[in-house]
Amino acid sequence: MAKDHPILTYSVKPPKGEAQVWLTAMGLAIGIVMVVGLLGLILKRGTDVFWPKRVVEIQLKEGGSLLGEIVLRQKNLKTGREEWLVHSGNKSKDDPGSAYRYVDTGEVTGTTEPAGVMKAKRMEYGDALFYPVNLTARDGASLRVSDAGFNEKLKALMKTGESERRQVEKLEKVEIGRINQKIQDLDNKIKVNPASAESLTAEKASLQAEYEKLAAQARGLHEALGKDILRCRLVGGEERDQAIGELIRIYEPNKLGFWSRLRTAISQFWDFLSEDPREANTEGGIFPAIFGTFVMTILMSAVVTPLGVIAAIYLREYARQGLLVQVVRISVNNLAGVPSIVFGVFGLGFFVYTIGSHVDEWFFSDALPTPTFGTGGILWASLTLALLTLPVVIVATEEALAAVPRGVREAALACGASKWQTIQRVVLPASAPGVLTGVILAMARGAGEVAPLMLVGVVKLAPALPLDTQAPFIHAERKFMHLGFHIFDVGFQSPDSLAAQPMVYATTLLLITLVVIMNLAAILLRNKLRKKYAAGTF
Amino acid sequence: MTVTESNGATAAAKPAIEVNGVDFCYGSKKALSDIHLTIAPRQVTAFIGPSGCGKSTLLRCFNRMNDMVHGARVTKGEILVEGVNIYEPRLEVIDLRRRVGMVFQKSNPFPDSIYENIAYGLRLAGERNKKVLDEAVEQSLTAAALWDETKDRLHESAFGMSGGQQQRLCIARAVAVKPDIILMDEPCSALDPIATLRIEELIHHLKQDFTIVIVTHNMQQATRCADRTAFFYLGEMVEEGPTTKIFSTPEKQRTEDYISGRFG
Repeated sequence: MAKDHPILTYSVKPPKGEAQVWLTAMGLAIGIVMVVGLLGLILKRGTDVFWPKRVVEIQLKEGGSLLGEIVLRQKNLKTGREEWLVHSGNKSKDDPGSAYRYVDTGEVTGTTEPAGVMKAKRMEYGDALFYPVNLTARDGASLRVSDAGFNEKLKALMKTGESERRQVEKLEKVEIGRINQKIQDLDNKIKVNPASAESLTAEKASLQAEYEKLAAQARGLHEALGKDILRCRLVGGEERDQAIGELIRIYEPNKLGFWSRLRTAISQFWDFLSEDPREANTEGGIFPAIFGTFVMTILMSAVVTPLGVIAAIYLREYARQGLLVQVVRISVNNLAGVPSIVFGVFGLGFFVYTIGSHVDEWFFSDALPTPTFGTGGILWASLTLALLTLPVVIVATEEALAAVPRGVREAALACGASKWQTIQRVVLPASAPGVLTGVILAMARGAGEVAPLMLVGVVKLAPALPLDTQAPFIHAERKFMHLGFHIFDVGFQSPDSLAAQPMVYATTLLLITLVVIMNLAAILLRNKLRKKYAAGTF
Repeated sequence: MTVTESNGATAAAKPAIEVNGVDFCYGSKKALSDIHLTIAPRQVTAFIGPSGCGKSTLLRCFNRMNDMVHGARVTKGEILVEGVNIYEPRLEVIDLRRRVGMVFQKSNPFPDSIYENIAYGLRLAGERNKKVLDEAVEQSLTAAALWDETKDRLHESAFGMSGGQQQRLCIARAVAVKPDIILMDEPCSALDPIATLRIEELIHHLKQDFTIVIVTHNMQQATRCADRTAFFYLGEMVEEGPTTKIFSTPEKQRTEDYISGRFG
């Protein structure tokens, strides 16, 4: 290296390796490990819920045996032996204990996988694991399990049961609900104008009669549902009667091959996506929560985007840059650091109690003292979250506006554009991708927020969706369900935490998926805009 | 108050721009001092001089583009465009900019189609008639010698064009609103010699209809396309005269030093 040089006699050190590469790579690696680990855990546990597991019969030392799915194997720290968490289901009205049980492997003498075992998902009391014995239909037909056509008959009865359940649901939710609404409207009218009571009473009586008729019809269907009976033998030899109308899904877990297992898993996952929750949210689907989260996030974005963009335009384009604007800007940035629960309290005090109660006074005085907008609802929740995410949108928009090249602004001005025309036709389109980045961040933050929602309208079980087919179709005052709150509720407020645990993972998986899907939509839109408004290369 | 309408006969007699004893400051820093200059209509006037001599600043005074720069202002004197003082408080600056178009150093088409780029100025003025807009786009692009290259892709993004084409598009955009004066701030500084040549031909062609003021670093360019040339040095206008005279027999020593390449 030390070449002789005529003029420069000093020596130049050779270049050194870049140790910083390792440092930065390490930071990224830690991040990736954490993200992949978290997502992997949620993905594994979340999808595991739907995969039909094999059912084992466990013979115990003390005599007797236990039928169930082994959901967890872990070491017991006290005994030092392995213990199993066994899901055996079979809760009933008389035996409402836990469907889960820990089994010490020291107590186990052997396990078998009986082929004839059947698993059933029921409307109430969760899963059941049993050996079918015979069935008795309401038409008098009676078949033993060994008889030909037993499975077909069982399936057919379940199908009738399902259609009857749907009828009951329609009667109770839609038709009876409509009559109740009418009766309530009448009551309000009578309250406002007592003189009209005479003429309205007859109308009310006829509605009451109609209600009785529908209610009787629903009761009849309910009874019919209980008339097809499946006789089941439990593992101890005890036999129970199970109404076939209460069964949602049956399969024989130890007879399924890989593909039918996959098919069952997908079908169960679909049910989870599309059904209403049952049994204090520990069973059934989470459709209302998905829908509520989606509607709330869209409403929030629809409010926060124009508001944030307008504020940012004023701050960046019109306001004279000085101390005051700087203070405002710092304050806005710091709003992002205010604990979200504080926004919840503000939303409750400002939107619900102040604005909501006035809206009720002006427009819904008939219904008072029952509040319409004077209580938490999806509109107030969306507005609260819009406030919460406002700083994100303002900051992103301001940066996007500042990044619009001066040349383009000057070009517009030189064409004779006013300031607003320049902003509207040139500056805003050019900064749209940056604005969308802000909206994406706001959506991600807003969709995952739980604490403020608990104060302004989220509930563990909403009777109706915020959008439906009943006029006026959009019910902005309604309470709603939310995936984030659902996770909290199922995970920490449910009576049977072991039964709820899988639901927590599955719900988390769905919340993340929903946020990712909404973000992807925004990112695709942004890429499209970027392509359209790409800065010219010279 | 608007800039008065000019018709052919009076415009020929009246100077397009008069600069009477103008001082200009950026904050406390003086950029121009005591400039006196008259720019004749339908001619090309070139401003030459080393970097930072104030030639661009003066150019940007003519359509009040300096308004955008914080703290920049004319501190003394007046600038008349077609006889009207453009720093008069009641003057509609938007109106002025319709009369005095501008082409910038770096081509800056809007992030939109070629068609919309040209139609922009007319749309701003409230023109909605598709036929008028179509006509304006065709004529402006023809005037900027760009029509043949773009007529089949009018609705494609302007960013798909080459650098030279983009700059000619910017000229067409400036032409479209039918200004009286076009200011060009080093329009060829980022272009290759062939694109530069085309722009120069275009300038030559456009001076039949427009008064053109061009700032250039390139003295050959000034000799090629300007009728008159003004030499600026350190915020002062040293000398102004017919281009041939400035480049052959300048009156001032500093001008001769600069054009002969002794400094700058």
